[in-house]
Amino acid sequence: MSNLKTEKTVITDRRKFISLMAQSIGLSALGGMIWTGYIQEAKAAPLILRPPGARSEADFLRLCIKCGQCAEACPFDTLLMAKPGDNKPMGTPYFIPREIPCYMCTDIPCVPVCPTGALDKDSVSSILENEKVLQIEKAQMGLAVIDEDSCIAFWGVQCDACYRACPLMDKAITLDYRRNERTGKHAFLIPVVVSDACTGCGLCEHACVTKKAAIHVLPFEVLKGEVGTNYIKGWDKDDEKRLENVSTDVITHTKRSDQSPVDYLNSSEELFK
Amino acid sequence: MIKFMKSHRFLILRRISQLTLMVLYFSANAYGINMLRGTLSSSLLFNTIPLADPYAVLQMLATGAILGTDVLIGALIILLFYMVVAGRSFCSWVCPINMITDIANWLRRVLYLDKIERKVWLGRGTRYWVMGLALILSAVTSVAAFEIVSPISMLFRGIVFGIGMGYAAVLSIFLFDLFAVKNGWCGHICPLGAFYSTTSRVSLLRVKHNQPNCTLCMKCKDVCPEKQVLSIVGKESGDIVSGECTNCGRCIEVCEDDSLSFGIRSYIKKMDRR
Repeated sequence: MSNLKTEKTVITDRRKFISLMAQSIGLSALGGMIWTGYIQEAKAAPLILRPPGARSEADFLRLCIKCGQCAEACPFDTLLMAKPGDNKPMGTPYFIPREIPCYMCTDIPCVPVCPTGALDKDSVSSILENEKVLQIEKAQMGLAVIDEDSCIAFWGVQCDACYRACPLMDKAITLDYRRNERTGKHAFLIPVVVSDACTGCGLCEHACVTKKAAIHVLPFEVLKGEVGTNYIKGWDKDDEKRLENVSTDVITHTKRSDQSPVDYLNSSEELFK
Repeated sequence: MIKFMKSHRFLILRRISQLTLMVLYFSANAYGINMLRGTLSSSLLFNTIPLADPYAVLQMLATGAILGTDVLIGALIILLFYMVVAGRSFCSWVCPINMITDIANWLRRVLYLDKIERKVWLGRGTRYWVMGLALILSAVTSVAAFEIVSPISMLFRGIVFGIGMGYAAVLSIFLFDLFAVKNGWCGHICPLGAFYSTTSRVSLLRVKHNQPNCTLCMKCKDVCPEKQVLSIVGKESGDIVSGECTNCGRCIEVCEDDSLSFGIRSYIKKMDRR
């Protein structure tokens, strides 16, 4: 006969410790999941424009300590620190070119003050005559894109506001002259963005004369495509260099292709199942 | 008036310290007076000495980031300062949230909430779990987990750059401390306070207790935001050695029997008893 009713469960120190630990770890897991969920949502802002020299968005978020020294160094008050309610990763620097664009200071005051390396000085400098020189033209904050429907230059109106505002005139934005068939005697002055040269400073977006800008700057990482190794400019020696480190194993592996064709066709098992 | 000044001398000094820091950081951004530039997360003193929040840096290292030397040196300077000299003084002499939670605490005493409220239980150990959790989540999410939600840096950035909706977070902490848990944020949840509690156990600046003078009025325990650290009061003379003591000095101010004072921690036991 067991005496379950009379025997009291003894709560030993060991049991108490294990139970309390289990509770703490469980509650931490609960809190951790809610917290992680919030962070994953909060850091997702793919269309945010970062200061010059910023590393790729994932690395930038790892490195930025949110101190605001870049924003303080900016003489034009271009850089803003994301506040609660801005729907941007909290406390990180960004800018809105339609309001205040980046004026591309040649001494780039915002970059050297970064204490963590979230803004990478090397990416915006080059070595000239054995000396490291800052070069804002190397910045890749974003890339300008044009909505042809609302750009009045595509209507035939002679507007070259973005072209003239561009600090890299004729390099980052060029004008393409085309014949205006509608009137038969005028020319279109079509702005064309050269993605290799465009820094994403946003002076074009700031200068655009339409009600809502017809030329927009979007983050470089988002817009810039990548060809991969399937297509190579055969006429360009430099382009062929991309193939140097490519693996020669280009056979596609699938479940079916891994079997020998003979086996596959003659396997009676599959048929009579 | 003089009596009030004397009985609030450390409180007044702390407010001066907190407000001076705010003014310095604010004027660096607004007027270009570059004595202290940046925010509490990371800053530059006199245009030369880097300073940084060691707990933020620890979280960033947990994300796998390879950090610049400036911020590492800055974090080391701050860490050593609190570890060797000042103890957990950050919480009561620097942190802007301290002013918010002190108001909540004062209102609690005025409204007698401590005596009549419905009790909500939360352990003081919670903060150490939050501290560890933030480091794990930093590694999981690749972003400094506490820094992206920290109301401390939110409020401080708010003062320097504009606060936006950040006032809601500050108000939440105020309401939490006033109506939910006494010393709820600073004493139970904040992982930065937990971090400094952990790292500043050995620091030199300490509150000292002189037991023979004590009349057991317990005013010090009423006013202390971390009253578990005052366990030796009335029992034995010595240093308040817990890392959780924020060196705010409130206990010293309210003590009318001159049995508490600031001093340098005595690591060498006195051989002779006077």
